[in-house]
Amino acid sequence: MSAAEMSAVATAPAVRRPPVVSTRFLRSELGMVFGRRRNLAILAVLAGIPIVIAIAIKVTAPVNDGRDGPPFLFSITANGIFVALTALTVVLPLFLPLAVAVVAGESVAGEASLGTLRYLLVVPVSRTRLLAVKYAGALAYCLAAAFIVAVVGTLMGALLFPIGPVTLLSGTQVSYGAGLARLLLVALYIAAMMAGLAAIGLFVSTLTESAIAAMATTAVLAVLSQVLNQVPQLDWLAPWLFSHYWLDYGDLLRDPIATGAVTKGLAATAAYVLIFGSLAWSRITTKDVSS
Amino acid sequence: MTARSLEPAVPQQGAAGSAVSGPAPRLDPDATAVTTTGLAKRFRGGQLAVAGIDLLVPHGAVYGFLGPNGSGKTTTIRMLLGLVSPTAGSHTLLGRSMPASAAQVLPRVGALVEGPAFHPYLSGRANLARLDAADRTADPSTAGRRIDTALDRVGLTAAAKKRYRAYSLGMRQRLGIAAALLQPRELLVLDEPTNGLDPQGTREVRTLVQELASDGVTVLISSHLLSEVEQICTHVGVMHVGKLVAQGTLDELRRSQQPRVAVETTAPAAAVRALAELGLTPGPIEGRHVTAALGEAEPEKVLAALVHAGVPVRQFTLDEAGLEDVFVALTGEGFDVSG
Repeated sequence: MSAAEMSAVATAPAVRRPPVVSTRFLRSELGMVFGRRRNLAILAVLAGIPIVIAIAIKVTAPVNDGRDGPPFLFSITANGIFVALTALTVVLPLFLPLAVAVVAGESVAGEASLGTLRYLLVVPVSRTRLLAVKYAGALAYCLAAAFIVAVVGTLMGALLFPIGPVTLLSGTQVSYGAGLARLLLVALYIAAMMAGLAAIGLFVSTLTESAIAAMATTAVLAVLSQVLNQVPQLDWLAPWLFSHYWLDYGDLLRDPIATGAVTKGLAATAAYVLIFGSLAWSRITTKDVSS
Repeated sequence: MTARSLEPAVPQQGAAGSAVSGPAPRLDPDATAVTTTGLAKRFRGGQLAVAGIDLLVPHGAVYGFLGPNGSGKTTTIRMLLGLVSPTAGSHTLLGRSMPASAAQVLPRVGALVEGPAFHPYLSGRANLARLDAADRTADPSTAGRRIDTALDRVGLTAAAKKRYRAYSLGMRQRLGIAAALLQPRELLVLDEPTNGLDPQGTREVRTLVQELASDGVTVLISSHLLSEVEQICTHVGVMHVGKLVAQGTLDELRRSQQPRVAVETTAPAAAVRALAELGLTPGPIEGRHVTAALGEAEPEKVLAALVHAGVPVRQFTLDEAGLEDVFVALTGEGFDVSG
């Protein structure tokens, strides 16, 4: 044994025993997701929608002439809280899924295309942990996206319109505070629906080294699911589509809350998260990282 | 360490095996830093990138992993680090079986794999902080100090706050090395660490590797340029078309190519006769020059025999094979040629 080896053994650094729970990587990931200018710009666009709606209604004072418009649109002048509900309805079909598709699609593929994936893995980060942290980051973004629309909508509504007791869809009136609680439930439900899409995006993201391709695929799937949901000939398929229950949050605005469709929606989303989470896991834990 | 034969490159199974099963492999002096047994990778297209190699990197060695571009070096390194799963064979890092022990072993291994890769919109420092945060074994309370030390070690302190996007190729390479130095390591795997560096930068990396090696860190350094690693290596392995065609200490490798004697004389024919009598096989006469492979003969005795035979020797030289010659002989091509 040479002197060099002796010193190698003598100075062999003791590897610190890892803590049972460490949130450092998760916090770093959240910092990455919410520190990226692009992701912040998307949130800003989402925040802009209730602002535009509120100002447009304030300026034009629309009359309900029987033409189709988003639900709640004509209730806004009576109660500002409906700015938030209208805005959530407007962003749900396209803007919100796009936002989620960007973050979820980028999650793994973005690291792969930069080459940073290999460096994370040799740190080492276990592939399961990487996937969990990436999904947590996407979930946080789903929540943030839904909540920024709800919060900005509520503030704009309070600023430009009267606020007060809220008339629910079933005709019952509840206090403004109880109305806000209902709005919170709606935002949570919508965020949960987006969590299903995020799981699909996460899986797609493990399939490719191109972040853009993963984002586009996820966005296309979100739109496709909604289109198929509208085709009468495909009624048999509709309950299996992940977007089928997205709009059922209206049931949260009844008194008492109609739980049937909402529960089904949450169960379906949980199933989608489970299935696509497992697919993503089996893919990432077996794939050769050659990027 | 014991002398190792050049060919075939067979790992010492006994030593490696006991290291794996020992109760405290980390302290086992016989444990090798890297051992592979029949490690092979066939890509899905059917291409055999690595054809069953037996690498052996002793503790404390600076192991030059050489071969032309495309000879399988990077794929091998990816397999060593658990990024790519081998289609056959097995390997150990620091005496522990991989990839099963990746979580225990990899924190003690610093790596630069196929060039640096970082987030372009983050600063150099933020990129290192990101990697450190991902390391469960890293102590968050010392993160700032360790990051600064690593940046200082590669001369990036001044550019620490610059975005990675604005880094030159050389600075990127340095940041990659800094990432490998965030923690005290026992093994450094550096894949082409001098790529994109200017001569000054190349010298600095060489000095850095030597410093680390003198601290007892084992270094596996790959390169397609022999000249870049020749000065710092204690051991070399040569890859050619997915095979490990030679492995051993630098001296063993040099000895594998026989030195030649060259004689300048006014009587070349007489010199040829005299050399032949000694059992050497002289090459064709070129003007006043005759050369022959030395074989087992001692050069002093050859000269004495020539003089004794009355050959008027003007100049007598011993040409030891340069490593470059050895590599050309082993790989059948120049070193910059893609395989």
